[in-house]
Amino acid sequence: MLLIRRFEERTEEQYTRARIGGYCHLAIGEEAANVGSIDPMEPGDYVLASYRDHGTALAVGSEPHRVMAELFGKATGVAGGYGGSMHLLDVERHFLGGWGIVGGQLPIAVGVALALDYESKPNAVLCQLGEGATNIGAFHESLNLAAIWNLPIVFQVINNRYGMGTSVEMASAEPEQWKRAAAYRMHGERVDGNDLLAVREAADRLLRRARDERRPALLETTTYRFRGHSVADAGKVYRAPEEVAEAKKHDPIDRFVAQMGIDAETVARLRSEVNAEIDAAIRQAAADPAPDPAGLYDNVYGDANWREQFSRMERGGPFGEREGTRAWRA
Amino acid sequence: MAEEIVMPRLSDTMERGTIARWLVHEGDAVHEGDVLAEIETDKATMELNAYSDGVLLRILVQDGEAAELGAPIAVVGAEGEDVSGFSAASGNGDAAAADGAGETEAAPPAASEAVAAAPAPDAPAPPAGGGTLKASPVARRMASDAGFDLRGLAGKGSGPDGRIVRVDVERALAGGASAAPAAAAPPAQAPASAPAPAPARAAAAPPEADTVIEPSPMLKAVARRMSESKAQVPHFYLQCEIDMAKALALREELNAELADEGVKLTVNDLIVRACALALRDHPQFHRSWIDGKLYQHGAAHVGVAVALDEGLIVPVIRNADSLPLRELAVVARDLVARARSGSLRQQEIEGGTFSVSNLGMLGITSFQAIINPPEPGILAVGSVVERATGVGGQVVVRPLMTVNLSVDHRAASGADGARLLQTVTRYLEHPLLLLV
Amino acid sequence: MAGVTYREALRRALDEELARDDKVFLMGEEIGRFEGSYKVTAGLYAKYGPRRVRETPIAEEGFVGAGVGAAMLGLRPVVEIMTINFILVAMDMVVNHAAKVRQMFGGKVGVPLVIRTPAGAGAQLTAQHSQSLEVMFAHTPGLKVVAPSTPLDAYGLLKSAIRDDDPVLFVENLVLYNVNGALPEPGDDFTVPIGRAQVVREGRDLTIVAHSYTVRRALTVADRLSQHDIEVEVVDLRSLRPLDAETVIESVKKTSRALVAEEGWATYGVGAELAARISRECFDDLDAPVERVGGAEAPMPYSKPLELAALTLEDKIEKAARGLLADCGLLAEA
Repeated sequence: MLLIRRFEERTEEQYTRARIGGYCHLAIGEEAANVGSIDPMEPGDYVLASYRDHGTALAVGSEPHRVMAELFGKATGVAGGYGGSMHLLDVERHFLGGWGIVGGQLPIAVGVALALDYESKPNAVLCQLGEGATNIGAFHESLNLAAIWNLPIVFQVINNRYGMGTSVEMASAEPEQWKRAAAYRMHGERVDGNDLLAVREAADRLLRRARDERRPALLETTTYRFRGHSVADAGKVYRAPEEVAEAKKHDPIDRFVAQMGIDAETVARLRSEVNAEIDAAIRQAAADPAPDPAGLYDNVYGDANWREQFSRMERGGPFGEREGTRAWRA
Repeated sequence: MAEEIVMPRLSDTMERGTIARWLVHEGDAVHEGDVLAEIETDKATMELNAYSDGVLLRILVQDGEAAELGAPIAVVGAEGEDVSGFSAASGNGDAAAADGAGETEAAPPAASEAVAAAPAPDAPAPPAGGGTLKASPVARRMASDAGFDLRGLAGKGSGPDGRIVRVDVERALAGGASAAPAAAAPPAQAPASAPAPAPARAAAAPPEADTVIEPSPMLKAVARRMSESKAQVPHFYLQCEIDMAKALALREELNAELADEGVKLTVNDLIVRACALALRDHPQFHRSWIDGKLYQHGAAHVGVAVALDEGLIVPVIRNADSLPLRELAVVARDLVARARSGSLRQQEIEGGTFSVSNLGMLGITSFQAIINPPEPGILAVGSVVERATGVGGQVVVRPLMTVNLSVDHRAASGADGARLLQTVTRYLEHPLLLLV
Repeated sequence: MAGVTYREALRRALDEELARDDKVFLMGEEIGRFEGSYKVTAGLYAKYGPRRVRETPIAEEGFVGAGVGAAMLGLRPVVEIMTINFILVAMDMVVNHAAKVRQMFGGKVGVPLVIRTPAGAGAQLTAQHSQSLEVMFAHTPGLKVVAPSTPLDAYGLLKSAIRDDDPVLFVENLVLYNVNGALPEPGDDFTVPIGRAQVVREGRDLTIVAHSYTVRRALTVADRLSQHDIEVEVVDLRSLRPLDAETVIESVKKTSRALVAEEGWATYGVGAELAARISRECFDDLDAPVERVGGAEAPMPYSKPLELAALTLEDKIEKAARGLLADCGLLAEA
């Protein structure tokens, strides 16, 4: 959690230095929700997330240097510099993204669970989403499919109470997300997302249930984001300052420290280790090379024959797709 | 007010004339006294002068076509005037003319004719009604490749609004009289192989054993140019033998060195270079007689005659005197290849200051070539033959090559020609000089 | 083999690929016990069971997305969308997800997914059920789009699509389902390569380019024009992305006249793309500008005479061809 916290704080800073471009959504305040549900995952399980995915990436164990490199758009990034903040992934650690379209990861997560089921693998899928995604069609379709097909998937709704600037009460006819599972006769429950131990307990239990009984579930983890929706949003116009201040009193890191009785020195030492680690990651990422533009088309298609298939499309192609030749002048 | 120019009476017995060559293009400004065209009469070729100022708006009778005395052949007026109302009268009506070279269809000048080979967009002016010549791209390309002048079909194509399309060019090239525009006349009766001013023939069908072949535009152009050259250029001929032993040896040595670059020198490459250097050494020879004036040439642009199935074409190696042998060989090879495939560009067959014609590979030991006007000379090269000859009182066998230099006596004298030949000989007999 | 229908050819291809590779499975509405709304999957549920032939509720975004997810884990789903009109419901999953995954994730994971769907009109199915939207997907990098016009090509291309590691939109046609053609022996392992057009009729006077059902219409028009001594060359594109521009250009260089016919709307369509490429590569070879003909640019009406007026029927193609030939001096205007 400290790692995620520090990473996100430095990310914000790096964004202001223009080393990170585009959209950038921080998980500051939601660390427990991320770590708590990922910790009980087994090696064969999979996790998918929304675009607020830095915490997920670090929680599965991706190297901070490579995650920061992706934010910087470097070739050493986890997606080779081609994805950016919203499209992190770690195939070896079974983190399948990082998705930019709200709710887009849900049908895909259902497909991953379907594949596990198809191959009779005793594993489950953790699908993280924000409460804002519960109102899009894909949410309904995905939960329905998971329920009718009895898929091993846990939908974790990380409810930080605001979808961009819209409060959950305004957006959702049923703001208590855990109840929505009932529409699919799916198990739903809610825990305090800022309580790492509570999250961990619930996630562990539901993932086991998914693996063993092949039944989906919805886990609502309530939390709060201390920053705005993204680095471009201060999070102030739609939230009262008292509310933010009040939420900070429930900082998940502080909570955990108190619960586990960790002494201040240890915390300080850990913080300083984490800071050093992140510093090194940033320095390394900044020094790494950008991807070669010559590789722009290398990953659009992946079939072994794709170049051969496209070889006859070059004639008459638009400028840039067909450099340097002008047959009609020959 | 646009007015017609009609076929003038240029000799007392003249009844009709043939446009040998227009010297101006549609759209050119003309002034009183300018020579507009050369007209062949029954007696000679005469100049047609302009009698007023204006712009040549429309040519009604094309190069090679004939018209009766008094028939309209062109229109001059103010720029942009509508000339759609003008047309050539059907002056070529009856039987083959007194001058058998009269052609009755839209005779296109060949690719080597500098005047009007390219389709209209390159020519300055629009035809009737203003606007550029309407032809489809493929029609233009086919016409250009064949050296066919599209202006003869202007506005009369099968496409929308008379646009010239592919079928029009196909038919025209196949020699169909149906493509003929202004000159509405029966197809030529006289055998096409008749040279210029032949004795009058009756318009009878040829005897059964022979067939009439319509010459291609290129053949027609070659025929016309050669006739003109012979008729107008006072040729004289100088001959000598050149000992090619050292030249052949040097060539072999150089080719061995250049083998992995894919460059191969031919004997002709050496000869062309020798001529180019000699022309540079003898500026007094390197002059052209054009219309009564002498033009001194600077760089030597040497044409190389290439025989084709359907005629002859002479692509020009530009700046042959400044090209090192290796580059000259590459250029020459490329030009010859494209000459054979019919893909030479117009500018590559113009502007020569000398030519070389080599029939050695066909077993000819010696011949005399016809000059390509306005060049001052042409070198006819025979084959290299091993012959017995005397050197220092001994009989030896040497590889000897006979060359003949044809010279335009208006541009150069016998001595000039001889000096040139001497130098060419020296270069080829001391071929290391070709390399420096 | 004796002639089989296009529908049967598809079924055989699915059957053979299901047998060949356990990773292949089918998803779609009514493809199981109902045997498919157009009976393409008839018998497959009985033969392979629910694991390999998975019926879905009406949730295109959901099950196409599930196809993407399953493909990311290495399975080879063949998803059926009942008609191409409904693909719009899953547009986000096709364009924003399937097409993007490999590139977005730096090449580390791919989507070997096939989406099969019929396009086309002609049975008074009205505006929302009569579209030919394949160009929207041919426009999208990351996708491949194929559209066979014969049972043989349908068979061969579907096999290639299923074996391909990239997302392929396989465009069928309602009318084509009943067309007959010969198929090779199963043991031949016959496939048709993606990205290759085919000259299905040679000619010297005019090139007509088409795909899917329109190819058959073009062939009919070619036969009609043959009566007037005009020989039409018909190019069946078979693949829209990758597009075999070479074959089209070689044909146009030969005939110097080009007409592109499609069922979809011509504006921003296949003809627009080919016209641009032809004008670049055949600039000096054209006898007239490239002509395009497509469906009427209006939502398809219900009433039969209106529908007929809107379709790209033989008469419309013939009229366009005649106009073009007349402009080239080969025919009097029709």
